[in-house]
Amino acid sequence: MLKVRNLWKSFNSDTDFQIDVFRGFNLDIEKNKCTAIIGPNGCGKSTLLNLVSGSLPVDKGQIILNGEDITSLPEEKRALKLGRVHQSPSMGVSPSLTILENLSLANKKGESFSLKGLVKKRNLELFISMLKDLDLGLEDKLHTQVKYLSGGQRQSLSLIMAAMKHPDLLLLDEHTAALDPKTSHVVMEKTRELLDKHNITTMMVSHHMGDALKYSQRIIMLDKGKIILDKPSADVSEKELLDIYKAKLAERIIA
Amino acid sequence: MNALILTSLEQGLIFAVLAMGVTITYKILDIADLSVEGTFPLGAFVFAKFAMAGFSPAISSIFAFGYGAVAGLITALLFVKLRIRPLLAGILTMTMLYSFNLRLNGKANIPLFSYDSLFSDISAIVLMVAVVVGIKILMDLFLKTEIGYLLIATGDNEALVRSLGENSNKYKIIGLMLANGLVALSGSLMAQYQGFVDITMGASIIVVALASIIIGETVSKSSSFLSITTRAIIGAVSYKLIGGIAIDLGLSPTDLRAISAIIVIVFISYNNFSSPFIKSIKKQGGRARVKSKKPLEEL
Repeated sequence: MLKVRNLWKSFNSDTDFQIDVFRGFNLDIEKNKCTAIIGPNGCGKSTLLNLVSGSLPVDKGQIILNGEDITSLPEEKRALKLGRVHQSPSMGVSPSLTILENLSLANKKGESFSLKGLVKKRNLELFISMLKDLDLGLEDKLHTQVKYLSGGQRQSLSLIMAAMKHPDLLLLDEHTAALDPKTSHVVMEKTRELLDKHNITTMMVSHHMGDALKYSQRIIMLDKGKIILDKPSADVSEKELLDIYKAKLAERIIA
Repeated sequence: MNALILTSLEQGLIFAVLAMGVTITYKILDIADLSVEGTFPLGAFVFAKFAMAGFSPAISSIFAFGYGAVAGLITALLFVKLRIRPLLAGILTMTMLYSFNLRLNGKANIPLFSYDSLFSDISAIVLMVAVVVGIKILMDLFLKTEIGYLLIATGDNEALVRSLGENSNKYKIIGLMLANGLVALSGSLMAQYQGFVDITMGASIIVVALASIIIGETVSKSSSFLSITTRAIIGAVSYKLIGGIAIDLGLSPTDLRAISAIIVIVFISYNNFSSPFIKSIKKQGGRARVKSKKPLEEL
């Protein structure tokens, strides 16, 4: 599915502040699974998503999706194969447009945009059924500008927009981190329903150990750009993860 | 109708074309595009060039739009391809256009009274209403198309546009071209209306445009019923009327620029502070109505 081969990435290269995030990193993501990536701040998990999505260029190495080397594809070309939900609820939507207009845009992904009208009545039923699945009452707010929605509602909308065209790989970048615990739980449940329904291969970056374990089939822990744990989620306990985390944090403090 | 009001109305409608253009960059794309200071006189000079060469006023005005669009393209390429900041890119285009405008006819000031204009055969107010309504309808229709929505989304959230597989820079280019085309068209209309072209006619025109947009925004602020194009038109006409009244009250026309800037300051600060201010007034009003100071239980 996704193969990352011999990946190198540094920030502030050739300065006194050079940070080497990845030095020959390798990773394989299997199809139809949700893989959670966890690790302390600065371990490289967000950088990894940015490199895969093309928001950041790689220094060296290859990113291969379904057998195709996408390393040199610009971000918007890669986007045709990927879906991404960001941490900030405003990143995945156009706030000044209505829910209906946002969904209509997402539904055009991958097609060419022309001078035809965007919002079409024939898609209305599809959109309403998608919103009903969310169970947040958004189907009654089709003509509400997205900026008036709550963070959780916006993030749920971002999620269905990112997944609408069934991307080969969905990237969830701490997509519930900006929400309160209750809303975060609702959005995670909706995420699971959506992924199960459409069998979408997912890479989920999370800070929340419990969520990472509960909603994924495989768990990977990164530290300093290296994989320090890689197991089926069912075989790991939250305590085990926390112990490794604490040990790593202690190491850092001593260092 | 009072001659002053009629003139203000006609000029206001000419500025409405300008304001609708600047709305695309300032309101939709969220770019402060200063190239309009050069494209407004560019439209006028291009009109003069083609009118003097014997082209009809309509064709000359269309040429003005085209040249303006190309100027917008230059600004767009400066910041999209060469990564010069939009504000500076606009200033650079404006500066280049100053020389270009002077070179175009070899003169800084050209009288056009002896040439035909769009206003030769039809009253200015009728023509301008038709032009402004026509442009407004076209722009509203455009903003409902797939490309139009991507233009709005580009100003809103570029990451979303890229995630749809589209290059957001393309939409910035389209927006800047359209905007500067309209600004140049407005400049050509102004040249025809006043009967001469002058190199200084673009100076501080951005303030006029912003004043119009900001006044338009303030009109029934919370209502989503008014489209941004309607707001630009209302704003431009109100702006000109305010200026006309100011002159009528005895201010010198040379004071107009300062008045423009003051209008912008007043309206922006009103927009920034109005909500808490109005709320406090409403609260006080509420208090004033409750005359009895007795505790609720006693009542």
